[in-house]
Formats: sequence, C-alpha cells, structure tokens
Amino acid sequence: MFETFELYTLQQYWWIIISLLASLLVFLMFVQGGQTLIYQLGKTETERSLIINTLGRKWELTFTTLVTFGGAFFASFPLFYSTSFGGAYWVWMAILFAFVIQAISYEYRTKPANFLGRKTYEVFLFLNGLLGTILIGTAVGTFFNGANFSVDKMNLTNIYDSAISRWETPFHGLEAVLNIHNVALGLSVFFLARVLGILYIVNSVNEENILVRARRQMWNNAVPFLVFFLYFVIYLLLKQGFAVNPETGEIFMEKYKYLHNLLQMPVVLILFLAGVAGVLYGISSFLFCRSRKAIWFGGAGTVLAVFSLLLIAGLNSTAYYPSLHNLQHSLTIRNSSSSHYTLTAMSYVSLFVPVVIAYIYVAWKSINNKPIEKSDLDDDSSHIY
Amino acid sequence: MTEAFDYSLIDWSRAQFALTAMYHWIFVPLTLGLGFIMAIMETIYVRTGNPEWKRITKFWMTIFGINFAIGVATGIILEFEFGTNWSNYSWFVGDIFGAPLAIEGIMAFFLESTFIAVMFFGWNKVSKKFHLVSTWLVAFGASLSALWILVANAWMQLPVGMKFNPETARNEMHNFWDVLLSPMAVSKFTHTISSSYLLAAIVVIGISSWYLLRKRHIVFAKRSIVVAAVFGLITSIFTILTGDYSARVVAQNQPMKFAAFEGLYVGQTRAPLVAIGVMSTSPEDPDNENIKDFVFKIEIPNFLSYMAFQDINAFVPGIRDLMEGNEKYNILSAAEKIARGKLAIDALAEFKLAKEAQDQAKMDEARQILDENFQYFGYGYFVDDPSRLVPSVPITFYSFHIMVALGMWFMMFFAIVLLLVYKGKISQSKFWLTIGIVNIPLAYIASQSGWITAEMGRQPWVIQDLMPTMAAVSRLDTNAVITTFILFGVVFTTLLIAELKIMFKQIKIGPKQEGGH
Ligand code: HDD
Ligand code: HEM
Ligand code: HEM
Repeated sequence: MFETFELYTLQQYWWIIISLLASLLVFLMFVQGGQTLIYQLGKTETERSLIINTLGRKWELTFTTLVTFGGAFFASFPLFYSTSFGGAYWVWMAILFAFVIQAISYEYRTKPANFLGRKTYEVFLFLNGLLGTILIGTAVGTFFNGANFSVDKMNLTNIYDSAISRWETPFHGLEAVLNIHNVALGLSVFFLARVLGILYIVNSVNEENILVRARRQMWNNAVPFLVFFLYFVIYLLLKQGFAVNPETGEIFMEKYKYLHNLLQMPVVLILFLAGVAGVLYGISSFLFCRSRKAIWFGGAGTVLAVFSLLLIAGLNSTAYYPSLHNLQHSLTIRNSSSSHYTLTAMSYVSLFVPVVIAYIYVAWKSINNKPIEKSDLDDDSSHIY
Repeated sequence: MTEAFDYSLIDWSRAQFALTAMYHWIFVPLTLGLGFIMAIMETIYVRTGNPEWKRITKFWMTIFGINFAIGVATGIILEFEFGTNWSNYSWFVGDIFGAPLAIEGIMAFFLESTFIAVMFFGWNKVSKKFHLVSTWLVAFGASLSALWILVANAWMQLPVGMKFNPETARNEMHNFWDVLLSPMAVSKFTHTISSSYLLAAIVVIGISSWYLLRKRHIVFAKRSIVVAAVFGLITSIFTILTGDYSARVVAQNQPMKFAAFEGLYVGQTRAPLVAIGVMSTSPEDPDNENIKDFVFKIEIPNFLSYMAFQDINAFVPGIRDLMEGNEKYNILSAAEKIARGKLAIDALAEFKLAKEAQDQAKMDEARQILDENFQYFGYGYFVDDPSRLVPSVPITFYSFHIMVALGMWFMMFFAIVLLLVYKGKISQSKFWLTIGIVNIPLAYIASQSGWITAEMGRQPWVIQDLMPTMAAVSRLDTNAVITTFILFGVVFTTLLIAELKIMFKQIKIGPKQEGGH
C-alpha cells in the first residue's frame, strides 16, 4: 500500500508521525514537571515518597518516547539529525545529561548503600525536570526561529574537510538561549509540564495534604504558563515565516506564514483551538471544580496543541529548520528526508504503533487502576522506589 | 585530517564513542541473559507452585532492575551520539541505519519498558500467568532491541542492500531483507546474544557460589546454580559455534581485520593458527608501527586456513598482501584502491558540477566512473597516509585471543559445575566455588574484548571500505569533545560506583524471606 504513495506524501506522513511523537512526549513530560514539585507538594518524607512512587511508575514511558522520537527522526529525516545534533552540540549534550541522571534516580534513591545519598538523587530528578523541559522547548523554538548552520553535501568530496553540515557560530547551539522567543517556548513547556504534573499527581495520589497544596501550586504555575505561551503564540502568528516554493525548492520569507498555515489547513486550526481549550478547561476544572480527572483534558489538550504547532512548522511548504546563515540551506521535509524505499518500509513498521499503544494501555490498566496511598508504601510485594 | 594523530578531533571522538559504548556494554549483556534466567525460574515457580522459586525469581529481578536502570542511562547517549559526534556518517548512511534504530524504539524498547512495569509492580495485581508472560516478554524485548542495533552494526561492517545516490550524496536502501539477513547480521546477532546469555549464567553462578562459601541461602544458591549451569553450558556451546562462524564471515568480508586477529603479515596457504602468542614491542616495519613480529608463539598448523575458508589449502591474505597487493591471488594494493577511491570521490564532485551546468553527457560519464569505483570510495581519503589503513594489530590480536581462550574455558567450567551438581558435591568444593567468583570479572573481560576485536579491528572504517572515521566525524572543536569525554567519564564512573555498591549490598542482604523486593 505505502509503496504506491508519492514521496511527498510519505514525507508528510512521517512529519505527522514525528509531530505526534513529539506531542505525546510533551504530554508525558508531566513526569518531569512533577519531579520539580516534589518538595513543594510533599512536606514529609512519606508524602514525598508517594509522589516519587507515582511518578516513578511512568518515567520509563516518557523516556522511551524520547528515545523513539530520536530514532524515528533519524530514520525519517536524517539530515536534521546530522545537522542539528552535530551542530547544536551543547544544547543536545545538556539535554542528554539531564536524562542520564534521571534514569538511575528512581531505582537507586532509596536503595541501601546508594553511594550518593537520597538527596542527590532527588536533586537529579529536579535537574532533569528543570533542564529537560526548558532545553527541549528552547530547541524546538529553533524550528520557528532558525539556527546558524550551513549544509553542503558536496563537502563530502573534499578529502581534507568533508563535513556536510557545519555550525556557523562557535557556541554550538548555546546561542539559542539568547533568543527570547525560543526561551519563551522553553519556559512555556516547563510550566506546562508542571501544570500537567500537578494534574497527574492529584489524579493518582490519595493524600489530603498533597491535594490542598496542589491547588495553590496550580495558580503559581498556570499563570506563568499562560503568559509565556500566549506571548509565544501571538508572536508566532504575527511573525514572518520560512516558506518554500514547492516547484523550485527555493526558501523565502513570507509575512504571517504560520498564521496562513493555520488558515490554509483548517483541520489543524481546529485541532489547535481544541487543544488550547482542552488545556484551559483542564486547568480551570481543577481550580474551580476540584476535578481530579482534569489530567485527561489537560493531557489531550496538550497533545493536540503541540501536535498542531509542529504541523504548521513543517507542512504546507514550510521550512521546519531554517538556516539563519543561508536561507537556502534551510531544511524542509522534502530536502532532508529518507528515500522513498526507506520511508515505505518504515511506514509498514508504523502500523505497529496502535498495537504498542494498546498493550501499553492494557498493561497499565492491569496494575494501576486505583490511586496510590500511604498503605501502598508498606506493601512488601511490590516494587517501591 | 590525517595528521595530528594523537590529540585530534577524530581520536577524541573515537575515544568518546568507545568510552560510552563500552560503558553501555557493561550492563547490556547481563540484562539480556538475566531476563531469560528469571523467566525460566518463574516458569518453574508457576509450574510447581513452590514459593521458594518465587523468592529466587524475585531476588534475581532485584539485581536485574539495578542493572537495567543504568543500562538505559548509558544507552540514550549512544543513540544521539551518532548525530552529535558522527554527523557526516548520520547523513551518509541514515537512510539505512536510521530504520533499525526507529524499529528498535517502536518494537523493542516499548515492549521491554511496559512489561518491566508489570513484572515489578504487578505481583499481586495480575494473575500468575499474566505475570509470567510479562517476564518472558521482558526477556524477548531485550533481545529484540539487541537485534536491531546489531543489524545496524553489521551493516557498517558489511554494507549491503543499498545503492549510492550521487544526487543526495548518500547510500539509499534498496533491499531491507538483504540488510536484515546478511551473514554479518546473522553472526553478530547470534554470537552477541549467546555470549550475553553466557555472561549472565556466569554471574548467577558466581553470586550463588559466594553464598555457598558463606553457607548462606544454601537451597536458593544450589537451585540458582542448576538453572544457570544448564543455561550456561548450552549457550557457551552456541557461543563457540557462532564465534567460529563470525570469524569466517570476517575472513570473507574484512580480510584486514582477520589478518589483524591473527597478527598475520605475510599471507599463506595452509596458514597456521596462533593459539598463544606474544608480540614484540618494536615495529618490524619502520614505516608502520602496527606491523610487529612475535617474540613467542604456539601454533596449530593449517588451522587458520581451515577456520577461514574450511579448506586447509586456502590462501589467507596477510597485512602485507593487502597493503602491497598480491597478483597471484588477485588482491589489489592499497595504492591501487586509494587511486580508485579518489577517482570515485572526484567523479562525485564532477557529477555535481555537471548537474549544475545541466550537462547530461558529463553527468552520465561521471556517474559511470563513480559506479565503477564506488566500492573503494572510502580509500580515496587516504592519499596522504596509506599506513592508517592498518588497524592496531596488537590490540586486535590480544583481545581476540583473550576472548577465544575464555570462551573455551567457560564451556569447560559449566560442564564441571554440572558434574559437581550431579554428584551432589557442589557445596563442598571450595575450590570451584572460588573459581566461580573469579569468573565474573573474566566474563566481562571476554565480552568487552569481543567488541574491542570487532570495532578496533575494523579501523579506520566506520563503514567498511566506504567511509573512514575521519570523513564521518562532526566538525566540532576538539576541546568540546574533550570536555564531553571527561564529563561522560566522570558521570558514568560515578554511576557505576553507585551501581556496584547497591548491587553488592543487595547481594549481601540476599533473597528476602517472604514476598518482598
Ligand atoms: C562472553 C563473551 C564472549 C565469549 C566467551 C566469546 N565471544 Fe566472541 N564476541 C563477543 C563475546 C564473546 C561479543 C562481545 O559479543 C562480540 C563483539 C562483536 C560481536 O559481534 O560479538 C564478539 C565478537 C567476535 C568476533 C568478531 C566479529 C566481528 O568482528 O564482526 C569473532 C570472530 C568472535 N567473537 C569469535 C569468538 C570465538 C571463536 C569464541 C570462542 C571460542 C568467542 N568469540 C567467545
Ligand atoms: C551490542 C550492542 C547493543 C545491544 C545489544 C544493546 C541492547 C540494549 C538493551 C538490552 C537495552 C535495555 C536496557 C539495558 O541496557 O538494560 C538497551 C538500552 C538502550 N540502548 Fe542499547 N544496545 C547496544 C548498543 C547500543 C547502541 C550502539 C545504541 C545506540 C544507538 C544503543 C541505544 C540504546 C538506548 C537508547 C537504550 C535505552 C532504551 C530504553 O529507553 O529502554 N544501544 N540497549
Ligand atoms: C555495545 C557494544 C559495543 C562496544 C563495546 C563498542 C566498542 C567500540 C569501540 C571500542 C570503538 C572505538 C574504536 C576505535 O575508534 O578504535 C567503537 C567505535 C564505534 N562503534 Fe562500536 N561498540 C559497540 C557496539 C556498537 C554498535 C552496536 C554500533 C552501531 C550500531 C557501533 C558503532 C560504532 C561507531 C559509529 C563507532 C565510531 C567510529 C569508529 O571509531 O569506528 N558500536 N565502538
């Protein structure tokens, strides 16, 4: 079936999948957000343990989604992988370190003889939540604001200096944090992760004290989230965008490009509005109606909103990774993708995704059908972090 | 560039990759093997209903969990390092290489991480059967993730199933099944997983031996030893068979690596196998420091020819034949390959210019030259320094021989342990129990040596004959790579110490009396 599709169709299909994975990742970063709130929501050792254990049952899912997102991006748009990772070296390395220290923290924190001490692992969790979210958000900001790289595939024929992709600033990606718009996106992701973290925790922990503090914390995080998010979105819709001429592949600046993308792809506009509404409804139903199920609205809204933002970054003849060094070097889904054969082969693999989601659902349902309580922490038969 | 050998960007990037890969590899083989050992133990529990087996299973699961977490922590780095440090390579092969990585994520990692949760959190929440199935799925998931990454690695050693596209300046996949089922992929996968199962068996026996020596948890330890020794004997035989097959695949596809395995400089028919050898410390050939003679060796006559080509009269080319050429056996010299590689590279540049000028005739001509010489493409980067085409022979030689010797030894050891178990003498034989403990570090040495053999032996290639390390590396500041190298070294070493301390503590605590984790 897929082999009959045109290359451009497959490229769009894969951009949609990448966007979907990224939006699921942002939703699942409630784990990271929650990790930054351990001390604000939990005042006793037991309360903190409750929070860490409820987050700890989900951390691998987030982590694996990140890994899969990386693998899928590599496979479908390898030129992005080689250009951005090799170029914006410091940003990606910082992100990686932030995740390395997370991976061991849950398992090692309360184990006897854990060398670094319980506190250190809690600091690791906090750093992961802080840096992981802000940096990933900032890096995604460069999809709209561009980065300083050049690409020339024929460098391969220069045997003394054959690098295809080069970074044109000595800061190797760190300069992204000097762009206020990138940082605004980074901070929105951070506060959104915290908002979702709160919603997840109130949904999955039965402990009155935590619930009371959660409400106060929600105000502290929902307000900055909205400020940064609105700032970023309004700026995005009003700014010039990086458009591609589909015939010639030439890149040019177009006024209100991202706004046009939304208007020209009404489905995406609807998804976006529904997403924003979902997040707002989630936040307010928790704040005003004390709903403990608000994570479902907040989560679904997040997925839709992020998904549609990424769609307008790459679809509708837009350059998703603009080069500030030379506009014509910008990456588009057409000029950076894998071959027709590979995209086809992988499209068959993508048919497994629903199966994966189904078994994840069944497995979680079977072990996690009621909120965690103090008594669960003494249950000797289960794995306690 | 080829000069500045010592502190160059390339070497630091290689060092960083080696460091991170070898750290990852400390944890991965135990995960792979222990998964199955746990699953077998739990199966016995479900079959017999004996709670003692549940206790045994749970103890090994604790060990598994501690090891798994750090395996994951070190794994994520490797995936992204292809992009961060080998950026050119990511483009040149991304069309083939990316797919296995993506498939690994979608099919294997999710399987593993989802059912690990059921395995750890589900004891009292799901039925016994469902729990058992989850444990088996974790074991399969782990081996499945090894499959895809090893397919990718095998493709680097033997690039097949693809075609170079000058328009995009990269290799494009033409046949997925050729990539998946190449002899190199088969040998890599089978040998790597069987050796990992072996390693886990050694670890289980070693820890159990310690309990027996301390006279603690006697029943637990004896039962663990039985399961592990049976599992180990089977997998060690399989390891040797697949190792032998790996050697043959290497001999046929990577003759330079194979010559380095054996320190063979001058090719021979009826070539002998060096069973034990010590290399001299000074170079025999002043132009090439890697070419050294033996001060001492014990040989098995004819065996090398037999091992490589299953024919004692077969000619096994030596490093000199590969460098200087050998007409009799139709082997091109390095100079010739370099010249042809340079032709291919220049033709690619020509193609591009012709394309810009829209000169179809020139494009066709360039393309033809490129296609004819493409198989030597990577050699073109060595015009200035052909001697770098030879990998480090001593490192390859020693690591290969250490691995093989240990492989034989482990098989014998498993057999002896089983014999002792059969005779009911295992708990009294202090000597063999002590050996059991000593074997643990040896298993890790064997396993790391295997990768050193495979990866150092293929130097200077990232992709055999097509792309050398120097054309693959990201254009970073050397100091940046040194900085991250040090950071990785410090962070991973700290985590390793933490892991070991926790592990030793858990072993000291031992299996819990009831339930418990
Ligand atoms: C406990 C670990 C262990 C043991 C006992 C052995 N091996 Fe091994 N070997 C590995 C662990 C390993 C490995 C780590 O899994 C490697 C690294 C790359 C690979 O494919 O597997 C490997 C690679 C490897 C290679 C190189 C493949 C390549 O370069 O592509 C050869 C030729 C052999 N092995 C041969 C053997 C033989 C003949 C053995 C025994 C008699 C043996 N190995 C025992
Ligand atoms: C012989 C080679 C390798 C094998 C057999 C292997 C196998 C595994 C296994 C079994 C895991 C599960 C976690 C654990 O270690 O306990 C794992 C984790 C991981 N490996 Fe490797 N690996 C290998 C090399 C690599 C390489 C070269 C990469 C880089 C592409 C890589 C990427 C990863 C990643 C990203 C994880 C974390 C996955 C997760 O979230 O569960 N591995 N690997
Ligand atoms: C986990 C087991 C592995 C270990 C211990 C290992 C070990 C090493 C070592 C020692 C080097 C440095 C060689 C040198 O520069 O002299 C290296 C390089 C490299 N390996 Fe592996 N390797 C492993 C698996 C893999 C796999 C599965 C892949 C790919 C899928 C891979 C890809 C590479 C690459 C791209 C380099 C850098 C380029 C080069 O130096 O050739 N490795 N590895």
